[in-house]
Amino acid sequence: MKQLATLIQKDLLIELRQKHTLFGVLLYVGATVFAVYIMNGQPEVKVWNALFWITQLFVAVNSVAKSFLQEHPNRFRYYFTIVKPSTFLLAKMIYSIVLMLGISLISLALFTIMLGNPVSQTAVFIGVTAAGSISLSAVFTFLSAIAARAQQNAALMAILGFPLVIPVLMMLQNLALSAITPVYQEGWWLLMLVLLALAVMVVILGLILFPFLWQE
Amino acid sequence: MRSSWWKVLSVALLAYAIIGGMLLPVPARHILNETVRNLYFHVPMWFGMMLLFGYSFYYSLMYLRKQQMEYDIKAVAFLKIGVLFSCLGMVTGMEWATYTWGEAWSNDPKQLATAICMLSYFAYLILRGGIKDEEKRAKIAAVYNIFAFALMIPLLFVLPRMVDSLHPGNGGNPGFNAYDLDSRMRLVFYPAVIGWFLLGMWMSTLHARINILRYKKENTF
Repeated sequence: MKQLATLIQKDLLIELRQKHTLFGVLLYVGATVFAVYIMNGQPEVKVWNALFWITQLFVAVNSVAKSFLQEHPNRFRYYFTIVKPSTFLLAKMIYSIVLMLGISLISLALFTIMLGNPVSQTAVFIGVTAAGSISLSAVFTFLSAIAARAQQNAALMAILGFPLVIPVLMMLQNLALSAITPVYQEGWWLLMLVLLALAVMVVILGLILFPFLWQE
Repeated sequence: MRSSWWKVLSVALLAYAIIGGMLLPVPARHILNETVRNLYFHVPMWFGMMLLFGYSFYYSLMYLRKQQMEYDIKAVAFLKIGVLFSCLGMVTGMEWATYTWGEAWSNDPKQLATAICMLSYFAYLILRGGIKDEEKRAKIAAVYNIFAFALMIPLLFVLPRMVDSLHPGNGGNPGFNAYDLDSRMRLVFYPAVIGWFLLGMWMSTLHARINILRYKKENTF
């Protein structure tokens, strides 16, 4: 437990000290929203929702990719002499979830400022955004571990990840739509439950498979 | 798996499925008409694909447990033939849809789900292509295969049931159960499923045996 906390603290500290990467991602989000506005103006409700989740997907790829890809392979050898692989993966996952949560809330704010605010139930939408950040960053953290192990760049992570997260995005888009338009959607909680169950499954699978990925 | 009786059985069943599937009487249905015969070719592809991917998943698990190259070779052989089956299933489905839905691609949820599934398995092959070292490639590919298979199950089984589909049996369209009640069709359909599946097994095991020999001889494959 203590190791887990220390590892997360270390990653967050690095994030704070090397401000350029964090601000780089923020600039990326800002530029994306700006580009969308320039091309599309203020879109209608459904398009707004779709654009928001597409942006989340790209932000997830760009910000979470760092979790494994930014550190030197030799440093991992050191980590694995001092902590269990499952602890290490969990720490990375929690760190990317925290990072992704922050960035997706910022991008939500940017979206409402520049592209209009169609959300009618703000609390529900923020809840869905949080669930989305958790599931997207859990999947991409694990895939970034695979990509790092294969000594590849973030492009491989995107190739591996996009097909896998499309169902997640479909669910998120459906869930979010009912927070935007005030229509009663049958089975909303069931869908939410499926989404969260999927996220839990990704974490468990990751914890089981990660040790195999790292033994040499 | 080297015994030949099941290979003979496969050929016999497929010969029966193709001849019987084309010639035996089928119930006349509105719109579907004679295209209903596609049931003998299109649906077995998906069953075969699921089973082949299942085998590939199993061999990936075995590789992680035993770390023997043979399992990795088998996993990739079954996966490749599974991908081939999924492509054939897609083609036969699109051919059928041209005459029943009016267009080959109509963004049906099941079409989309299988397309996504195919993309993720293509990604597996790309991942393998990018790694040179056999041991490392085997390990990473096995991990991704297990991960992808576990995430694809909800996609293929849960999501299409949550939205309306144009497929028979969904969204008010009559299901295949209505046809399965017709014992004439069942008489061809079940042998066809078994025959196509045995053919897939045959192709996969052949592919795996060639690669195992090559690995033993040249230490690479």
